[in-house]
Amino acid sequence: MASLITCPHCGVRPKEEFAIRGDASRGRPEPMDSDEAWHDYVYVRTNPRGRTLEHWHHIAGCRRFLVVERDTATHEVYSVVDAAEFARRPAR
Amino acid sequence: MRYSAFSLVRNALSGNLNWKPQWRQPQPKPHYDVIIIGGGGHGLSTAYYLAKEFGVKNVAVLEKGYLGSGNVGRNTTIVRSNYMLPGNEPFYEFSMKLWEGLEQDLNYNVMLSQRGVIMLYHSDAQRDAYVRRGNAMWMEGVAAELIEREQLKKMIPFLNYDHARYPILGGLLQRRAGTARHDAVAWGYARGADRHGVDIIEHCEVTGIRRENGVVTGVETTKGFIGCGKLALAAAGNSSRVGEMADLKLPLESHVLQAFVTEGLKPCIDHVIVYGGGHFYISQSDKGGLVFGAEIDGYSSYAQRGNLATAEHVMEEGVTMIPGLSRVRVLRAWGGVMDMSMDGSPIIDRTSIDNLYLNCGWCYGGFKATPASGYCFAHLIAKNDTHPVARALRLDRFARGYAVDEAGAGPQPNLH
Ligand SMILES: Cc1cc2nc3c(=O)[nH]c(=O)nc-3n(C[C@H](O)[C@H](O)[C@H](O)COP(=O)(O)OP(=O)(O)OC[C@H]3O[C@@H](n4cnc5c(N)ncnc54)[C@H](O)[C@@H]3O)c2cc1C
Ligand SMILES: [Zn+2]
Repeated sequence: MASLITCPHCGVRPKEEFAIRGDASRGRPEPMDSDEAWHDYVYVRTNPRGRTLEHWHHIAGCRRFLVVERDTATHEVYSVVDAAEFARRPAR
Repeated sequence: MRYSAFSLVRNALSGNLNWKPQWRQPQPKPHYDVIIIGGGGHGLSTAYYLAKEFGVKNVAVLEKGYLGSGNVGRNTTIVRSNYMLPGNEPFYEFSMKLWEGLEQDLNYNVMLSQRGVIMLYHSDAQRDAYVRRGNAMWMEGVAAELIEREQLKKMIPFLNYDHARYPILGGLLQRRAGTARHDAVAWGYARGADRHGVDIIEHCEVTGIRRENGVVTGVETTKGFIGCGKLALAAAGNSSRVGEMADLKLPLESHVLQAFVTEGLKPCIDHVIVYGGGHFYISQSDKGGLVFGAEIDGYSSYAQRGNLATAEHVMEEGVTMIPGLSRVRVLRAWGGVMDMSMDGSPIIDRTSIDNLYLNCGWCYGGFKATPASGYCFAHLIAKNDTHPVARALRLDRFARGYAVDEAGAGPQPNLH
């Protein structure tokens, strides 16, 4: 259930402790990248029915940004990792 | 069959055995001038106005479930035009005017009830914001009234005026706003469209969009291939998935919104009341049940159900505003999937594909828009030209920097 998220730092917590920022699958463009690249990044979403990657900010806990992988249809959560660790992963 | 006092009496006297179905159940033809994906309020009203106002008769509406199974039958039925931004207010007021003539136009009782919508304020800053909104409405010719605390106490005595954190100081009232029977809106438009020759095909899911030489030629469905001249998407919460079939990338996230109905009570709530301290809204249905909802669950979801923590939060907000609510039993709760756009406003536009048209991004406020959305979308499809009141609602507004951000929340759909 997406009502419970297991924070790697704090353990199982209710979703009310988090601010949810949405799509975490794409990296931020470089400052001088094209207008299209920035438009895509800021406004466009893949919005899948199924597995998705999202930023969840643990505001009422450790205040770390997390990347949560979950299913938007079943609400099943597959993994939760710290955003810094996620960013260090080689191929995204 | 036209409905009238006479038809009512005649059918009653013949034992109610001679009523006709409200729309036909046709098999799909091989080709239509226009196919509309989605038999919700917006798809059906688009078909109705296409046939009636713009003379495009060879039209089909394809619905994967039964009519009214989507958000048109799941919303909390609030109809209002108390918006602030110049890109929104004329559009919603156009809708309000269509609502006011809808029953005569459709020859159908959609139970429009202009009981008044009142939005409460709890601080001086919020009061100022509502004064500003009221003035913005007046500038578009729409009446709004600021109701001060003492006057409000007489109108609505049962509110919690002395709440420690969110004392109720007054409210902004639009008297012409109110509610309508949501299913009847779908049925009335369906019957009207059918009478103008539109084929409404239920249990027909679109599974693919066929294109040749850069234009759409038809759709793959669970009832086989159906060809078309123009294709119009009106799929509400599933817009991204249908858009994907034509490689469209849209500024949308799908989110779930819950609603609740209590046991039937004697008439007690005369208006639609919106709680500005949170985001709670309540009215009483004609059957007596209290109908209410609040905010979206917060994370994107395609499940037509929400989670219990949000339900609890909704109840808390309700009881904060009306303490007496704590004694009432909730009978039913459900969720609907809506496409939340990046600025909280809808999109009615052409797409990069010449004969493919887009109607989406209604967020949780699209029921009130049903007549204007259908009218403007039909205008666009028939004339290839945007209706004047929908000019601000085009898809390229994000790229051009003209977002219509009523809440001022930026490009974060779960904050709108
Ligand atoms: C709980 C809740 C409360 C709300 N309260 C209000 C309110 O008080 N006031 C207000 O103004 N708005 C409200 N809304 C928003 C409003 O209901 C929607 O914005 C509006 O109804 C959406 O337009 P529609 O009626 O056409 O959508 P729908 O009725 O959802 O129509 C879309 C249709 O497309 C069909 N479809 C999808 N994919 C396919 C496919 N591949 N093939 C064929 N068919 C397909 C679906 O089955 C569906 O029937 C609320 C929404 C919810 C969920
Ligand atoms: Zn934490």
